[in-house]
Parts: sequence; structure tokens; C-alpha cells
Amino acid sequence: MLGFIGRRLLVAIPTLFVVITLAFFMMRAAPGSPFDQDRRLSPEIEANVMAKYGMDRPLAAQYVAYVGGVLHGDFGPSLKYKDKTVLQILGQNYKVSVILGGSAMTLGAVVGVSLGILAALRQNGGVDIGIMGVAVLGVCIPTFVTAPLLVLLFGSTLQWLPNGGWNDGALANLILPVTALALPQVAIISRFTRAGMIEVLSSNYIRTARAKGLPAGSIIIRHALRSALLPLVSYLGPASAGLLTGSLVVEKIFNLPGLGKFFVVSAMQRDYTVVMGMVIFYAALVLVLNLIADLLQAVLDPRVSLS
Amino acid sequence: MTQTLNPQAVHPPGAMVRGRSLWDDAARRLMRNRAAVGGMIMLGLLVLAATIGPFLVPFSYDAIHKNDVWAPPLTAGHLLGADALGRDLLARLLVGLRVSLMIGLVATLVSLVIGVSWGAVAGYAGGALDEVMMRIVDVLYSLPFIFFVILLTVTFGSNILLIFVAIGAVEWLTMSRIVRGQTRSLKQKEFIEAARAGGLTQGGIIIRHIIPNLLGPVVVYVTLTIPAVILAESFLSFLGLGVQPPMASLGTLIASGAQEMELAWWLLAFPSLAMVVSLMSFNFIGDGLRDAIDPKDR
Repeated sequence: MLGFIGRRLLVAIPTLFVVITLAFFMMRAAPGSPFDQDRRLSPEIEANVMAKYGMDRPLAAQYVAYVGGVLHGDFGPSLKYKDKTVLQILGQNYKVSVILGGSAMTLGAVVGVSLGILAALRQNGGVDIGIMGVAVLGVCIPTFVTAPLLVLLFGSTLQWLPNGGWNDGALANLILPVTALALPQVAIISRFTRAGMIEVLSSNYIRTARAKGLPAGSIIIRHALRSALLPLVSYLGPASAGLLTGSLVVEKIFNLPGLGKFFVVSAMQRDYTVVMGMVIFYAALVLVLNLIADLLQAVLDPRVSLS
Repeated sequence: MTQTLNPQAVHPPGAMVRGRSLWDDAARRLMRNRAAVGGMIMLGLLVLAATIGPFLVPFSYDAIHKNDVWAPPLTAGHLLGADALGRDLLARLLVGLRVSLMIGLVATLVSLVIGVSWGAVAGYAGGALDEVMMRIVDVLYSLPFIFFVILLTVTFGSNILLIFVAIGAVEWLTMSRIVRGQTRSLKQKEFIEAARAGGLTQGGIIIRHIIPNLLGPVVVYVTLTIPAVILAESFLSFLGLGVQPPMASLGTLIASGAQEMELAWWLLAFPSLAMVVSLMSFNFIGDGLRDAIDPKDR
């Protein structure tokens, strides 16, 4: 187990290194600089500002300095927001994204698994066809279509829920963005669960459990679900990546002050350090989630060995 | 149905019984899949609309009509209405569909070429080279790719060519994994050994035996990559990083429609519908192909 974690971390380090390097040089290759304003700075002031942030040195030296800083946990100051470090900005904005992503994942898992079980129990019946039809739609309709439609229906037309805004994470403000973000997950998870359940329900040990006269509910929950859900665990990694892209769109549509919205703005403004900090944060997050998924799978499934 | 199961019953003795190839078999199964056939018909119509449609609409996609601002559908000659600048939505939709389909196709081709060559080389060579090549794929796989595409478009400005390359360069990873796995298992099959014993060259083996046997999974994956690419492009366009106006793609149309949906619902409704129908057709075809080609489910 420890060896496995160690080996995975050994892969994670070069990955993060590649992330940092690629992002650094891509960002610097972009035309324009964070100090471009409507009015041009005089050359002396610009030189001063550049020197203050160490940007007058050769690119390679800056790169080495940056990587050195990151290794010490120093992500540098923001170039656009005076007096704020990248870590402070991340700290202020990550909560919105984490709450959004976490709630959407939970909602997606609960609803998706329930629908998947229902569909599997009524295989090829009306319920099954209905649920799978909705699931196909859920996979095909992108978030940037469902989100505006939800706003149009429940926000503007029915006026049940606010159109957007964060409002300190009030429940009413969360419902629409979380739903929009969770819908594709519901679709994918219900398909996974259905396929897993159908396979497991026809296996011998379930037949044995039935023959022993165990109640149907306990067979499904205690015996079948456990192995039917195994493939889902490995989906955790890709799901987090999906939520990540989804949250970019959802945060924009609902005007939420999360990392995704901040990322696009920062990239446009050439706020090098903030963009780098966010890319590293997300890459590390995805790596950790993938690792957790693999470990969970090994714990839950005795057939998987970590070596 | 018994006729297909028992050819002897329908063919009198002495008549030629035509053998069925693997592909005939797959095509037959595909044709029996209603969703896949529906998807193919839908896709055919969409492609037709995207290619010749723009010539049939009496408006140009970028022509501004001051008097037709936010004209609802079926008014002032605009079948699907007009946008905030009085541009005909149908004309823009057809052009947007064309752009989206083209991006889907070209970026998928890019990913196909990179992915198949990378995977085939790694799988066929094996050993240390394989190890190194697949580690590279692993590392790239765990990059938050959407951020890199965003960075790329911010860095080099958004032009269509770059979007092709950026998306294609990301989507090849899965393809290379599939191809590598297939190549490795094919390499150990008896018929490859027989071909080698029969004196066929390495190149000959790859062209005559490996690639035709890779075709199945690759075709399936291609049909599933195209909608993923269309989605990625629309996503970029939605964030304002993709196709730039007055050019349109389904993504830009949906994005601007979403901003004006309270004034003009048709600007959101029709592009969304076109998007959903195209994604669905591709997914149905892909699922159908997988069921038809994958021998596991037989």
C-alpha cells in the first residue's frame, strides 16, 4: 500500500513539473503583459515595475526562481491585485468552487445510483427505457445549454429561484448551478450503475442469496450494490475533471465568484502568477482524486492488487 | 430469423453459399440497431444542411438588417428569426453547424493520426520504448487539459486552425492507449506468427494484419471523439475563446443566445437543438458501432 502510494507520487511529481513548465512558458509566450493599461506607462515606470517583480531578468532565471518558490510553497504575489498573494486569492475563491463541485458530485452520485438501480431492476421495462432515455439526453445536452434553460425557466419565467449570484452560498442560490452541474453526472453514473447491477444480478452468488430466501432489499443493498458500484469508483477521477470544466461554464452563467471564472479573467489579463497558481492547484487536485480513487478501489475490491 | 441462422435451409445443395466477412456481420448488426440507423439518417441530414444549406438561404450569415433586429421566427422572411443585429438566424445556424462539424472532423483526424501512430509504435516495439512512450501519455493525461487549451487560445489568439490543433493534440491520448493495447494483444496472436513464419516483412505485417484488425475499435472511438471535440470547441466558444464573430459555431450561437434569451428565446432554442441533435446522432452511431463491432457482446 505505502509502496503503491510512493510510486504514484513519483509519477505525480514529474506530472506537476510538466504542468508548471508548460504553463509558465505558454503564459510568457503570450503577447501583452500584466502591466498593460489603457494609458501606456512611461518606459521608466514600466522598467521599475518589471524590476520589482523580477521580470527584467532572463526568462530562464525567472523560471528557476519561480520553481524554487513553488517548492517552498511560495506562489508569488498577484500581478494585477496589488498587495495580495496568489495563495490569498486562491484561498478567497476556492470555497465557492469546492462547494459547487462537492454538492454536484454528491447529488449526481445519489440520484444517479438510485436511478441506475431502478433501471436495472426493471431491465427493458418502461421505467428502464425512460431512465436510460433521459440519461442519453443528459450526456448529450451540454451544461452551457441546460444552465441557461434552467435560468430561463425557474429564474426569469417562474421566478422561483434567483438568476445567479452567490449570496454567501444561500441554498436558493445554489440549487440551479448545482443542478446544472450535476445533470451530466447523473446521466453517466446511472448508466454505470445500471450496467454494473445487471451484470451482478445475474451472477451465481446473487442466485444463492435469493435461493436462501434473503429479502430482496437486503440482496440489492448488501450483496449486489457493493460490487456493482466498483466501476464507479474509478470514474471518480474523470468525474472531477468533468466537474472542473463544467464549473467554468456554470460559474460564468450564474455569475459565481469561484476559481473557474477567475481563471479565465486572469488568463486574459496576463496575471501570470495567479494563472500558474490555479493550474497547479487544479492539477494537484485531479492527481490526488485519482490516487484516492485507485486506493478506494483496491480497498473495496479484493481482486485488484496495488503492485 | 431461422433463415439467417441456418443457411443450408435456404440454399439448395450445390448452390454457392457466400461467406460472410466480419464487416458484413457488423454492418448487419448495425442496421438492426434502430437508434444507430436513426442517428445515421439524422447525421446525413445535418451534413447535407451544413454543406448546401447556406446557399439556399436568401440571407448571408453576416449581413446586418437594421429593420429586423430580434425579429421573431417566421417574420420578415426569417424562418428562425433574427439576432440583435438583425442577422438571419437560420443562415448563421447553418454556417455554425458547418464550422462545428468541420472542427469536429479535422481535430478528430489530427488526434487519429497522432494517436494511431503513437500507440501502434509503442505497442509493436514494446520494451523500454513502450514504457517511455506510455509514461508520457500518462503524464499528459493527468494535465488539466482545458486549462491548457484556454492558455493556448489566450496566448496565440483564437483562430480556427489553432483550435483544431489544440483540441486534436489533446484528444489523441485515449486513442493511443486503445491502439497500443490492441497492438500488443494482436502481436501475440498465432496468425501474426504465421505471417512472420511465411516470410512477410515487418511493414507488411503492420499494414496487412495489424492495422485492419485495429480498425474496429478505432472507428468506434472516432465516432465518439467527434462529438467530444464539437463539445470542447463549443465550450471554448462559450467562454469567448473559440471562433470569433462574425463567424459562428454552435457554441458561439448558444453563448450569445444565452445572453439574450429573455428577449429572444429563439436565439438560444434553435442552436441548442441543433447542438443536441448532432451530439446525439454521433453518440447513437458510436454506441451502435461499438455493439456491432465488439465481439464480446455477441
